[in-house]
Amino acid sequence: MSFLKKSPWVMHYDASSCNGCDIEVLACLTPVYDVERFGIVNTGNPKHADILLITGGVNEQNMNVVRTIYDQMTDPKVVVAIGACAGSGGIFRECYNVHRGVESVIPVDVYVPGCAARPEAIIDAVVRGLGVLEEKAERMKKEPRGGKVKA
Amino acid sequence: MSGPVGALIYVLLAPLVGGMLGGIDRIVSARMQSRMGPPVLQPFYDVLKLLGKRPTVVNHFQNFYVTCFLVFIIVTGAIFFGGGDILLAIFALTVGAIFLVLAAYAPNSPYSNIGAERELLQMMAYEPMLLITAMGMYVVAGSFNVRDIVRFREGLLGYLPAIFLGFLFVLTIKLRKSPFDLSMSHHAHQELVKGLTTELSGPSLAVVEVAHWYENVFLLGFVYLFFAWLGPVIAVAATFAVYLFEMLIDNVYARLTWKFTVRVSWLAAGLLGGVNLLLVFYMFRGRL
Repeated sequence: MSFLKKSPWVMHYDASSCNGCDIEVLACLTPVYDVERFGIVNTGNPKHADILLITGGVNEQNMNVVRTIYDQMTDPKVVVAIGACAGSGGIFRECYNVHRGVESVIPVDVYVPGCAARPEAIIDAVVRGLGVLEEKAERMKKEPRGGKVKA
Repeated sequence: MSGPVGALIYVLLAPLVGGMLGGIDRIVSARMQSRMGPPVLQPFYDVLKLLGKRPTVVNHFQNFYVTCFLVFIIVTGAIFFGGGDILLAIFALTVGAIFLVLAAYAPNSPYSNIGAERELLQMMAYEPMLLITAMGMYVVAGSFNVRDIVRFREGLLGYLPAIFLGFLFVLTIKLRKSPFDLSMSHHAHQELVKGLTTELSGPSLAVVEVAHWYENVFLLGFVYLFFAWLGPVIAVAATFAVYLFEMLIDNVYARLTWKFTVRVSWLAAGLLGGVNLLLVFYMFRGRL
């Protein structure tokens, strides 16, 4: 087994969320839920992160930021889209500048429903994300040595 | 422990001890914040995970510098635990730190470069006190060699109380604890605070982590020297107590600015270190 499961470092990005889901993400780090029990650490650096937590429907302005963050994360990596907006654009879906969810910009592995998503659901999503992470790590091992070259 | 045996034990066991200390640090910090905290082996899980990530480098020289950082930190500890010259150990430590600064300067990233600049300022802040500590030990114990300082049976702490306090001061900088974790903090949620390691990822970050374990054990070895006359059991307990104290400081204080750090640590070096050094110099001037 790999150690990815024991030490998933998450990074949180607010892609034009109303802050409802963001507050719930931060709630996971408080003494009540304390995700550090599972080795989950909140980093501010995509290069150190294994799991990207995105809230909000992604708009025209932060679309490229989301892509850059995703590209800077090193493999294996997992994206968790948190909340109704991140899933489909939510209440802002019809807005002229809003993309319809995170998947319109980068591939998403786990969705969390809810407006706002509950902390329990977010923790559950991260744990499910660990399974995907493990799968991706297995696939990475089978690749030829050196892996694919990333720009 | 004599010569090469001590050095070998250090090279083999320091990462284990350092990692465990890191785990204890995280649990104690969590309890201070009324959280449960991670398992004690968490630092090992982190490093093993980082080794499994795909290596991504911004600048290829980075890995060379990071490896040199690890090598020189190991050399530092090997000199120290081998009973060698304490000055030489301090100089090797400086060379190691410089390699980490070079690693942070290598990628053209503003966060990493600011971290490197702050690390240089921190080195400027702690070096004088570190050297004064070594000089104080020399004046009292009559030798720069660690094996002679350990054998000094009259109680180093009794002669060098102020130097010990000054050393604790710079130990906070060296262990990268608040209020002096300017160049790289372990609990950083912003890029700037992650400083030095912003552009390091995967295996190279793991190497930096392991080097920090080695470094922390070396620094606690330095603390041990002050208590060596009490016998190994009490001295190790006292050293651990000092480490717990540093954890408390880490959790109690907010991060300070670099100007304040340099100013206040030079003040500590001048007042606590300088005065104590002058005193012991007059006490032992016949011997010198």
